[in-house]
Amino acid sequence: METSATTPSPAESAANGRPVRVAARDLARRYGEGDNAVDALRGVSLAIEEGQLTAVMGPSGSGKSTLMHLLAGLDRPTEGEVWIDSTEIGTLGDNDLTRLRRRHIGFIFQFFNLLPMLSAEENIVLPLELAGGRTDRAWVDELIDRVGLSDRRDHRPSELSGGQQQRVAIARALASKPTVVFADEPTGNLDSATSGEILELLRTSVDAYGQTTVMVTHDANAAAVADRVLFLADGRIVKEIGRCSPHDVLLALEEVAQA
Amino acid sequence: MRRVALRGLASRKLRSLLTAFAIVLGVAMVSGTFVLTDTIDSGFDTVFSESYEGADAVISPETEFGRQAAGSGGFPASVLEDVEALPSVAEAAGSLRDSARLIGRDGEPLGGSSVSPLALGLDPADEQFSPVRIVDGEWPDGSGQIAIDRRTFDDEGLALGDAISATARGPVQEFEIVGVVELGSLESLGGATISVFDLATAQELFAKEDVVDQIQLAAAEGVSAEALVAEVRGELPATLDVQTAAAQVETESEDTSAGLGFLRYFLLAFAAIALFVGSFVIANTLSITIGQRTRELATVRTLGASRRQVLWSVVLEALVVGVLASIVGILLGVGLALGLNELLAAAGIELPTSGLVLETRTIVVGLVVGIGITLLASIRPALRATRVPPIAAVREGSVLPPSRFARFGLPASLTLTAGAVALLLVGSLGDGLSAAPRLLAIGLGVILLFVGIALVAPRLVRPLASALGWPGTRIAGAAGRLARANAMRNPARTASTASALMIGLALVTLVAILAQGLRSTFVDSVDQLFVADYAVVAEGGFNPLTPEVEEALAQAPGVEAVSGVRSGSGRIAGEDVGVSAVPGNIAETVAIRWDEGSDAVPGALGEDGAFVTREFADERDLELGSPLEIETPTGETLALAVEGIWEEPKGGSPFGQVAVSHEAFDPVFPEPRNDFTFVNVAGGITADAEAGLETALADFPDAKVQTRDEFKDESVASLSRVLNILYVLLALSVVVSLFGLVNTLVLTVFERTRELGMLRAVGMTRRQVRRMIRHESIVTALLGAALGIAIGVFLAALVTQALADEGFSFALPIGSLVVFVLAAILVGVLAAIMPARRAARLNILEALRYE
Repeated sequence: METSATTPSPAESAANGRPVRVAARDLARRYGEGDNAVDALRGVSLAIEEGQLTAVMGPSGSGKSTLMHLLAGLDRPTEGEVWIDSTEIGTLGDNDLTRLRRRHIGFIFQFFNLLPMLSAEENIVLPLELAGGRTDRAWVDELIDRVGLSDRRDHRPSELSGGQQQRVAIARALASKPTVVFADEPTGNLDSATSGEILELLRTSVDAYGQTTVMVTHDANAAAVADRVLFLADGRIVKEIGRCSPHDVLLALEEVAQA
Repeated sequence: MRRVALRGLASRKLRSLLTAFAIVLGVAMVSGTFVLTDTIDSGFDTVFSESYEGADAVISPETEFGRQAAGSGGFPASVLEDVEALPSVAEAAGSLRDSARLIGRDGEPLGGSSVSPLALGLDPADEQFSPVRIVDGEWPDGSGQIAIDRRTFDDEGLALGDAISATARGPVQEFEIVGVVELGSLESLGGATISVFDLATAQELFAKEDVVDQIQLAAAEGVSAEALVAEVRGELPATLDVQTAAAQVETESEDTSAGLGFLRYFLLAFAAIALFVGSFVIANTLSITIGQRTRELATVRTLGASRRQVLWSVVLEALVVGVLASIVGILLGVGLALGLNELLAAAGIELPTSGLVLETRTIVVGLVVGIGITLLASIRPALRATRVPPIAAVREGSVLPPSRFARFGLPASLTLTAGAVALLLVGSLGDGLSAAPRLLAIGLGVILLFVGIALVAPRLVRPLASALGWPGTRIAGAAGRLARANAMRNPARTASTASALMIGLALVTLVAILAQGLRSTFVDSVDQLFVADYAVVAEGGFNPLTPEVEEALAQAPGVEAVSGVRSGSGRIAGEDVGVSAVPGNIAETVAIRWDEGSDAVPGALGEDGAFVTREFADERDLELGSPLEIETPTGETLALAVEGIWEEPKGGSPFGQVAVSHEAFDPVFPEPRNDFTFVNVAGGITADAEAGLETALADFPDAKVQTRDEFKDESVASLSRVLNILYVLLALSVVVSLFGLVNTLVLTVFERTRELGMLRAVGMTRRQVRRMIRHESIVTALLGAALGIAIGVFLAALVTQALADEGFSFALPIGSLVVFVLAAILVGVLAAIMPARRAARLNILEALRYE
């Protein structure tokens, strides 16, 4: 795969009139070497548009987690390029990647990954404090209000339920108004009722703030709140559907699995 | 990130506390040492400045040997009349400073045996110049009167008017107690008794007729101390010096400060060892903590924390621990100073103390050292923390990536160890080098050896733990097998925990082996030399015995030979040389191995003959007939000729390098007295003979009759006392490593919560859980012992090899080594108590749910 300097950044091209925030071109990721090598991703290209909630689905081992790790700069591709806004992140050093995370990326984890010694509010503002600069109090207050934790802001994670913890995590991801939020199985560790609330919250963040979001999930209900669902199998994107019902997602998933 | 670090610290209280302890003890030792020595120093300063409170200037003898301590020959009292006449002198008083032993009601000498008891001869009319003041009764005035110190007075339950016996040069005399004195504000003068006599009585008692040791002067109205000194100096003979009271205080303080300096560095060396061990413990604990926080650190990285921020958060954590630990350590050190004082007192080294002194310097050094060591120890773990990749936040069970240098690990640590051994070899066996670079090489070599072995140790953990854990598998069954496997499953952690213990045990082993070598060398010497039936020595060995003892012994029934050995210090061309005086019959009581000459030599020394050691003769190219000129402290010169050369045993002898006859010695050395008096009795050692000698010595309570074995035992016992002090001081670093062991176990239990829950769920009892933790602890401790003892033996072999010329022999004290291994097991058991309880207390369900 060759990349030349004259190739225009994918971010500059626009589809459906929306600017592209995250783009990947011919992404491949191989783990290990020689006979034991495993190709987790075999050439994936995509463009994530602003203000869209994109779900990535696929059976275990399809490469969906690997894709997210590459898009978020947590891992480096064996081949191909990842663009966040107008930056190709494959060549960035650790310091530049850190700066990129501060400004452009928010994370939501399956196991919440809150810091146990900090209160809910302290967890939420942590990314802002790490980046330095002034904290927009009004924005933080609005976020806390939006995720419904106004009366829990001083609680430690251990004093919160799983759903509440994930709300804190969502607020934390949104706090720095990043270019894109990556959610890694955000409902994977929650019961279905709580999952619904969390998904609703994610949907709201996209609708209310235009927050570009990429969510990896194997939960059909989760995928059903997305504007767009990408299906991965064997390290390739094999199907893509627009906004649809959980039932449609399941059908599509079945189709992918049989292919 | 600062908040993350500080809150994190607060949320890991136990861990932080245990980590801090590793440094607290070392810092406490540092501050304790300073507080102790400063306190003693100020105690002495108080003594000296209060001694001269009433004086403006002081006249004392100045010989080529410098200022003479109490007990010197003094100078003619006529000087007093000369200076009294000077216009700038308002008042002048001569005094005697000597030592006299007070005898208790049970007939035994009073006061610590290791300090010289102070005796003063004062003119009651010159009270203002007295270093002591009367607190009860009055000044002694007239023969037969004495004033004694408050402590002795109280301890003995005496009353004014009671009689007390005292002995100075001659036999015991009885005095009436007319007064009680105190030495300024001092609480104790190191256990030394004080006795005060009037000047005339003292002059008679100390055989110093018409002599004084010191003259104190008060300046006339309007005359400065400096002007006084200037005028008086002109009137004095060259052998006397005058200086202002302030200068005199300074001179005397300097002498004691030099001695205290040695004590200070001696104790600080042990503090340094404890801190060195502490740095291992801290580095280890932080490493484990970082490993367990991998997920958390990765998460903050995904949230935008830079490597630098992660680094600083770990360093900040260490900084806080360091600051708190240092503060606590400094405070604890004050308490430790009291303990150390007790320790020294228990060893017979009681020192004068007033109130505890906490100098700013103590606080500064304590903080700098404590914080510095903690920060240094945190650097490696902090750097490792920065290598946690952000992706670890989304991976289950992520482990810390190996450090960048890990792949160079074994070769690097082997090279380091080899380098350390090379340095040690150069240092201990490199004859061509001077002492300073050799010592430097040895010191550096020892430190590097510890670090090198600690780095190699992970490779040794599996085989060693497998062997050392074997008994446990027999004793504790399944729990023992699991314990052994647990000790082996994280070799790096087990190794660095054990390394901390290793250091302490290596040094303890080294000391034990060297002491054994020293002891056997000494015993060999005594066995070779001591052919007399008895030796008479002074109690405590501080004050030699008057020659009258010799005469009294000669009168005892059945005595065939009495040989008094006196000694003093002379100079040859500015170099100090030990000079002894022996009687003609010395060859009957001491077996001398002659290189040149024979047992007839001592009898034929006359006033100008000498026999010298082989070593001394070789150093100075002396042979039979060579001339030898020795300056003596009285300013005289002894012109001698070498008449014999003998081989001194490696373990020392009762003689100095040069031995002369009593006739040559007595006139030119001040106050000739006997260090040893050897006695042969017809029929050899019998209870009757000993009783006869004791009777003959009734007037000399200070004198002690010993057979060869008693003499050996007593000398060896004093060596053992020193050895015990070293053990206690080294135990400190063992305690530090014990905390390290506790820490590792606590962290391990925490880490294996889920596994422990599983074990409980499949049928392990609480008892078995405790047993498993305890055995893992013991295996780790034994690992430290195995490495430590091996290193200790190696170092001892090197040192004995290097000191072979001094007669050091290498002997393994098997008994002591067994005790050390048992001590290591005890450390393991103690360290496991708390972690094992925590592990056993875990609720099975919660443990299984633990994430």
